[in-house]
Amino acid sequence: MHAIKTVFREAVGLFVDSGSLAVAIIVAVIGSAVLLPLPATARAVLLLAALLAVLVENVRRTSRTTPRS
Amino acid sequence: MIDLIGSGPAFLAAFLASLVEAVEALTIVLAVGTVRGWRPALTGAVAGLLILLVLVLALGPLLSLIPIKVLQMTVGVLLLLFGMRWLRKAILRSAGRVALHDEDRIYAEEAEAMRRADRTPRRRLDPIAVATTFKAVVLEGIEVVFIVIAVGAVGDTLIPAGIGAATACGLVILLGIVVHRPLARIPENTLKFAVGILLSSFGVFWTAEGSGFPWPGGDLAIPAIVAAFLVTALGCVALARRPGAQEAEGD
Repeated sequence: MHAIKTVFREAVGLFVDSGSLAVAIIVAVIGSAVLLPLPATARAVLLLAALLAVLVENVRRTSRTTPRS
Repeated sequence: MIDLIGSGPAFLAAFLASLVEAVEALTIVLAVGTVRGWRPALTGAVAGLLILLVLVLALGPLLSLIPIKVLQMTVGVLLLLFGMRWLRKAILRSAGRVALHDEDRIYAEEAEAMRRADRTPRRRLDPIAVATTFKAVVLEGIEVVFIVIAVGAVGDTLIPAGIGAATACGLVILLGIVVHRPLARIPENTLKFAVGILLSSFGVFWTAEGSGFPWPGGDLAIPAIVAAFLVTALGCVALARRPGAQEAEGD
């Protein structure tokens, strides 16, 4: 049981480090896919823009709470 | 004819990721081998490599049975989660917000742990040494396996991606044999930065394709996406280097 938990934790850890980043990525993907009434090509570009914004916001927020070493 | 636009980035992503992970695994293998002996250290490492090879050979072809749109969407989102996680950490390390990976320190800590571990004489292989190197190789290598399978299966570039990973692994083993010490001078964070950009770019490209959203210019959009991630990531490093709220309050 302990080994299974360890493997599961490692597997999740491959994709999720900052929980808020993972959630924001999923929201950006779903948002661009279903929420906005835009042409298909515009949705692809919007997805890219949304993900770049997610990265900037996450780094900005982390930097505000994490002192430089 | 080899599709350079498709296989080039796949080879590069797998090569760079494998280089980083192999350097980290080598540090552990060197520490264990130096303290506990080379036979058990190499036995664990080779066993770990074999497990990783079996995973690639078994899972790679299986993924080709999944409908391409479903595969693109699933792998795209997983690559986004994986790639942006690497990129975020590399940005924070570049900006000094997270400590850099120090191979010399990790080597010293692992060697000390091996000295303190049970050394009761046994006829068979030293199980602590075998387990330690096996675990190190599997844990570091599983990320490379994911990259090779994900990038290879969706882009139909499993062979170039596999060759990229194997080449990097061979290179690190060769360097390890020659210099016989941790490869502390390899710019690990820069490599992770580059891999994070490549994987995030593949991720967004395939997520959109899998959702039925075509990119302007088709595959030629990939270099533009890479450039967008690169410029944004460099901007993020500059942003993260600025004094944060905590430091500003302390000034």
